[in-house]
Amino acid sequence: MSSRDSESQVFTPRPALPPPPRTVGLAGWARQNLFSSIPNTLLTLLSAYLVWVLVPPVIDWAILSANFFGDSNDACTGEGACWVFIGQRLNFFIYGFYPDPERWRVNTVFILLALALVPQFFPMVPAKVRTWLGVFALTLYPVLAAVLLMGGLFGLPFIETSKWGGLMLTLVLSYVGIVVSLPVGTLLALGRRSGMPIIRTICVLFIELWRGVPLISVLFMASVMLPLFLPDGVNFDKLLRALIGISMFWSAYMAEVVRGGLQGIPKGQYEAAAALGLGYWKATLLVTLPQALKLVIPGIVNTFIALFKDTTLVLIIGLFDILGAVQSAIVDPAWGHVAIEGYVFAALCFWVFCFGMSQYSQGLERKLHTGHKR
Amino acid sequence: MSISIDKQDPSGRTDGQRIGHEVGAEAMIQITDMNKWYGSFHVLRDINLTVHKGERIVVCGPSGSGKSTMIRCVNRLEEHQTGTVVVDGIELTEDIKKIDAIRREVGMVFQHFNLFPHLTVLENCVLSPIWVRKEPRRQAEERAMSLLERVKIPEQAKKYPGQLSGGQQQRVAIARALCMNPKLMLFDEPTSALDPEMIKEVLDVMVQLAESGMTMVCVTHEMGFAKTVADRVVFMDSGQVVEQAAPSEFFSNPKSDRTRLFLSQILKH
Ligand SMILES: Nc1ncnc2c1ncn2[C@@H]1O[C@H](COP(=O)(O)OP(=O)(O)OP(=O)(O)O)[C@@H](O)[C@H]1O
Ligand SMILES: [Mg+2]
Repeated sequence: MSSRDSESQVFTPRPALPPPPRTVGLAGWARQNLFSSIPNTLLTLLSAYLVWVLVPPVIDWAILSANFFGDSNDACTGEGACWVFIGQRLNFFIYGFYPDPERWRVNTVFILLALALVPQFFPMVPAKVRTWLGVFALTLYPVLAAVLLMGGLFGLPFIETSKWGGLMLTLVLSYVGIVVSLPVGTLLALGRRSGMPIIRTICVLFIELWRGVPLISVLFMASVMLPLFLPDGVNFDKLLRALIGISMFWSAYMAEVVRGGLQGIPKGQYEAAAALGLGYWKATLLVTLPQALKLVIPGIVNTFIALFKDTTLVLIIGLFDILGAVQSAIVDPAWGHVAIEGYVFAALCFWVFCFGMSQYSQGLERKLHTGHKR
Repeated sequence: MSISIDKQDPSGRTDGQRIGHEVGAEAMIQITDMNKWYGSFHVLRDINLTVHKGERIVVCGPSGSGKSTMIRCVNRLEEHQTGTVVVDGIELTEDIKKIDAIRREVGMVFQHFNLFPHLTVLENCVLSPIWVRKEPRRQAEERAMSLLERVKIPEQAKKYPGQLSGGQQQRVAIARALCMNPKLMLFDEPTSALDPEMIKEVLDVMVQLAESGMTMVCVTHEMGFAKTVADRVVFMDSGQVVEQAAPSEFFSNPKSDRTRLFLSQILKH
């Protein structure tokens, strides 16, 4: 026995050591990321030079020699940006031609949207609350918003959609586009993978038809051609037609994104769900679709962002979204040369919303990450 | 010509001493003259197999012999083209209702576990009881916890499958199948995707399940398991049942030369 004991060795794991000093701390970080090789060092120096050349003039234009206060073009005396213009025309950029006394309705719609969506960014809000707010945003909210904005009910004066404009119109177009395209796109994706030939054919035709034409021609058709086919006297709203066109177009895109996700679900998942007795709809809604949607969150949000930005195309059928509003305001002879300020403002508005969507999707991906995949 | 020994006696079940249990007279699975093709490829050829209630069957055979396809025909993950498959008195046809009824009674465990990665272990287990059997959540969760205890991983209930080892995942998959209170369990190579250290923990659970009297059909190459647990070993090759016999008989005195070749090959390792 003693002889065996002397032969066998006791295994003790080595203690964990700190990483070598060259890889930690600020100096270590800089060495690894900025100066790790000669090309890398050259790139770092070049970037620093570009920042030095480009950033100070921009700051000077936008802030240091810009004019912020005043109420007309006369206030813009500096060399820099004339932000007075944005301040003075802000209401037009936000509400379009929506009549002044009724703008509280638009504000209410904005505030409700913010109340429903902003908590989604904060993990400390209880998950249940966030879920209910999400459900509200997708179901009751669109109805409420439509009634408030349109009016004609409950004593609210009716406001024609031709008066809608600016940021409000941009948000209406993109919100409806998003809320319709995801579910419709999902149904189309499921239909395209269906075992039933008729359903599959219909879905393939729908998707390929809408995807094959540019959005501009969809909008043209909706505004110019559709009325030709409708009987006289039937004249439904231009905005509504644009909304339908945008929703259908993006549903077709969304369908292919979601289908990509469904394609990525291993066959074993379908089989396990079937073996447990889950039928098609239960297996889809409980097992495969949640995984597929999670897989393609980046693609879905990418589509949302593209949709949001492409709402500017409604300009060509005579609807004034925020870009349209800015464009019509900068040609006002009462103001000097304010095109750059106008476009920078419009770009910033778009950027804020698109960046918000991107951040939200990244947070969602982190939250839904449930351990490493094999 | 097909080789079918089944029509005679469902095996010399004489060595019931190993794990005491009773085999009922009623058939749980009755497969008669079943054929299946993939396109023009004849995968299953005149399969005849009867599994009685309480019986434990081990199916073995070389790769590609149609073992998986055969047991997948029992819960209609694959469709057979001719012949009949009757499970617990219900014949499998196109009828969706009958397929659903059978799937509620038959649990299945897969080689690659196939747990749902977006749900926790507990949610995996209660999904089907709640949505298919319409059990109240509380009751389903209590049952799931007691089954997770039976497979010795109650402490993992709140984790996601991706955070567990292969052996733990496979035990969850077994618990998930058992949550439906199945009358029959199908295993398709449950240990062949596992590291050697984890095979035993899964086999232990399966032995324990056998002791409880569950009717089981296992595709496996774990011959030790076959020897201690199986009532009958079914050997398949080229889509046919070549031979079926009690394990003592099967291992010591195989009738077919194909079986002998197969045994000599796997016992070499
Ligand atoms: N979906 C399919 N389409 C066409 N051929 C298939 C399909 N699935 C399996 N096969 C073929 O059918 C035969 C039987 O396959 P099966 O998976 O049942 O074999 P197995 O005995 O389980 O093998 P293994 O031990 O490798 O799992 C194989 O030759 C396989 O290539
Ligand atoms: Mg197999």
